[in-house]
Amino acid sequence: MTDLAWIDAALTSARPQALGALLRYFRDLDTAEEAYQNACLRALKTWPQNGPPRDAAAWLILVGRNSGIDDARRRNKQQALPPDEVISDTDDAESALAERLDGSHYRDDILRLLFVCCHPDLPATQQIALALRIVSGLTVKQIARAFLVSEAAMEQRITRAKAAVAKAGVPFETPGAVERSERLAAVAAMIYLIFNEGYSASGEAIAQRAPLCEEAIRLARLLLRLFQSEPEIMGLTSLLLLQHARAAARYDADGAIILLDDQDRALWNRKMIAEGMALIDKAMRHRQRGPYQVQAAIAALHAGAARPEDTDWAQIDLLYQTLEKLQPSPVVTLNRAVAVSKVRGPQAALELIEPLASRLGGYFNFHGVRGALLMQLGRAGEARAAFDQAIALANTTAEAAHIRMHIDRLMAESAPKPGARAAT
Amino acid sequence: MLYAILCYHDEDTVGSWSKDHEDAVMAKLAVVQEKFATQGRLGPVARLLPTTAATTLRKDGDPPLVIDGPYAETKEQLLGFYIIEATGLDDALEAARDLGRANPGGSYEIRPVGLFRPGSIAT
Repeated sequence: MTDLAWIDAALTSARPQALGALLRYFRDLDTAEEAYQNACLRALKTWPQNGPPRDAAAWLILVGRNSGIDDARRRNKQQALPPDEVISDTDDAESALAERLDGSHYRDDILRLLFVCCHPDLPATQQIALALRIVSGLTVKQIARAFLVSEAAMEQRITRAKAAVAKAGVPFETPGAVERSERLAAVAAMIYLIFNEGYSASGEAIAQRAPLCEEAIRLARLLLRLFQSEPEIMGLTSLLLLQHARAAARYDADGAIILLDDQDRALWNRKMIAEGMALIDKAMRHRQRGPYQVQAAIAALHAGAARPEDTDWAQIDLLYQTLEKLQPSPVVTLNRAVAVSKVRGPQAALELIEPLASRLGGYFNFHGVRGALLMQLGRAGEARAAFDQAIALANTTAEAAHIRMHIDRLMAESAPKPGARAAT
Repeated sequence: MLYAILCYHDEDTVGSWSKDHEDAVMAKLAVVQEKFATQGRLGPVARLLPTTAATTLRKDGDPPLVIDGPYAETKEQLLGFYIIEATGLDDALEAARDLGRANPGGSYEIRPVGLFRPGSIAT
């Protein structure tokens, strides 16, 4: 690795901790970011000559803090003094270094940094963009590329999100136990959203969006290292790893989705699966189930099956029932229907989902699953109608192409064959 | 004399290697390992999963305490290790408790192994 690449890697991995601490000192995101940027510039200048500091994050915090204070002093000469809370704790710069070296203090800093990005007033897309910019340190250009929008549009989105965060104010008090667990849940949900942005990509966007999955895994691991005994964070990390392990097998050459049953399991990433399995195993020991753990357990059952027919669908059905209780949602029931169809047949599955029609009528996958079940039951005409509806509601061309494949199969099967009666 | 070579690195850095870089490093290592193997002096090779997958058994109390995460103290030193087969974490912890009963005090860190080659040493 060249000098610069080494420094870049060190800055990336120190960023959440350093920026999180600077945010606590300055209590303002822009000031903290500016201070951090200045520290990085100094690092680029001095590290190649002096060698890397023993603790990169501590170095960046100290240098960034001093630069932020200098900037504030310079501004003070021109303007009236800012209120005290803008610069807090300015008199313990020396002890700060020692404090930073003690790992137990910085976890609330990093959690806060992540938490300010998931302010409830921000729509999900803004939360994700903000987190990728602030916590991960991706450039606006990189983020714009992942979201398939122009750089100017993304710049505007991030600026707007930052303004909303500034208006809401940074919650800089050390959180209590209840607050901490609420923040943790919000941050976990945001990391999951980042992952899904990458996971749900299709077609030409796959290559551009795959890094979002990797970034989400990096953030989940970071969170898990800070909160080592949280089974739901173990579950989240496990879930992301187990899902992402299938990445190489999930698309065909044209970027169309390949269903789990049809994937080449030799392409699954065994190392990621091993890590995901170890984490869910570790989480289960706590006997505190939660939605991420249950979803990870389902993913683990898929990952552990050497062939599709080896899948333990009965166990998956049970896990979906647990998930329905923890997180009641018609989409969960719809997913469960697939397991039910494998265990008790398509008729039972169809009966399970029919009552969802009023709530899921606008969801393409509802009609897709319903069509597939009808197809299995030999009700070709109704299946065709369901698939047509699914195509009309599909959000992406890959989704539509996937349903069209079902229709093609249906057409092929129902086409008049010599000596056979045409299905109607 | 047998020697253990213990590998240390920043797992964030290694964890963020691209697949190409990872494959290249593993291929280069394989060449060196192969050389040792043909000389009959390569024992087991193991690559551990990240520390986030680790669990620690503190056996300085009775009963020993199970803690999530890697062994984090700096006042004790690494003195040895075992590689065991287990059905899962509970089973591995049970084995560690067994060992701990024979030798209380200190800690065991239980870490899943991601890659294992048994190796063979000519005797």
